[in-house]
Amino acid sequence: MFAIVRDPIDTAALAAQVWSDSCGAVVTFAGIVRERSDDDRTVDGLSYEAHESMALAEFERIAAEAAQRFGPCRIGIVHRVGDLAVGDVAVAVAAAAAHRAQAFDACEYAIDALKARAPIWKQEHYTGGASEWIDNACRSSARSGAG
Amino acid sequence: MRIRVLAFARVREVLGSGEQILDVGDGSTAADVWQMLCGRFEPLKSLASSTRIARNGRIVSNGEPLRDGDELALLPPSGGG
Repeated sequence: MFAIVRDPIDTAALAAQVWSDSCGAVVTFAGIVRERSDDDRTVDGLSYEAHESMALAEFERIAAEAAQRFGPCRIGIVHRVGDLAVGDVAVAVAAAAAHRAQAFDACEYAIDALKARAPIWKQEHYTGGASEWIDNACRSSARSGAG
Repeated sequence: MRIRVLAFARVREVLGSGEQILDVGDGSTAADVWQMLCGRFEPLKSLASSTRIARNGRIVSNGEPLRDGDELALLPPSGGG
């Protein structure tokens, strides 16, 4: 349920993986490459790279923390690396729990924590040829940042 | 002793590769390796304050001594998601 992949992410398959008979709710989040940067430049694509073993360990820690905070839940996290185009899913989080409030909270916690802590890097490629590494800590808030 | 240095994003671009094997003196610390790399790659100095160092998958303080076979990962500010 925790993976770094190079191929397209199947969000529905991740949701199916985290669900079990005891779960009445599954919340999924998909972070998708969009065509405008935060400073309003046209984005042709993104490149992601990761320290894979450290990222996977961080995903596991994040899932354990979510269960501690919000009660029993099962979380899956998949992040894609390599070159992505506009419309591609870069990251998917699925959280399954008995009730929806827990599942929503756990899913939001997981994506926020991933963006803050996971050793994953993103480079935006703009129309015209320029590229820039994106630093999540410089974004104004976890919710308004890309993905 | 011999260590493996992994570099990512901006740091990888400065070093010119994502992975290199370095021979360093016994008792060398993470800070010693960083200084050694800064000597070879001048632009690395400007990334010192923002780069964290992980030894075998765990963030370390600069003074931590290394062992033969260690992996040292140079981690600039992350941008996942």
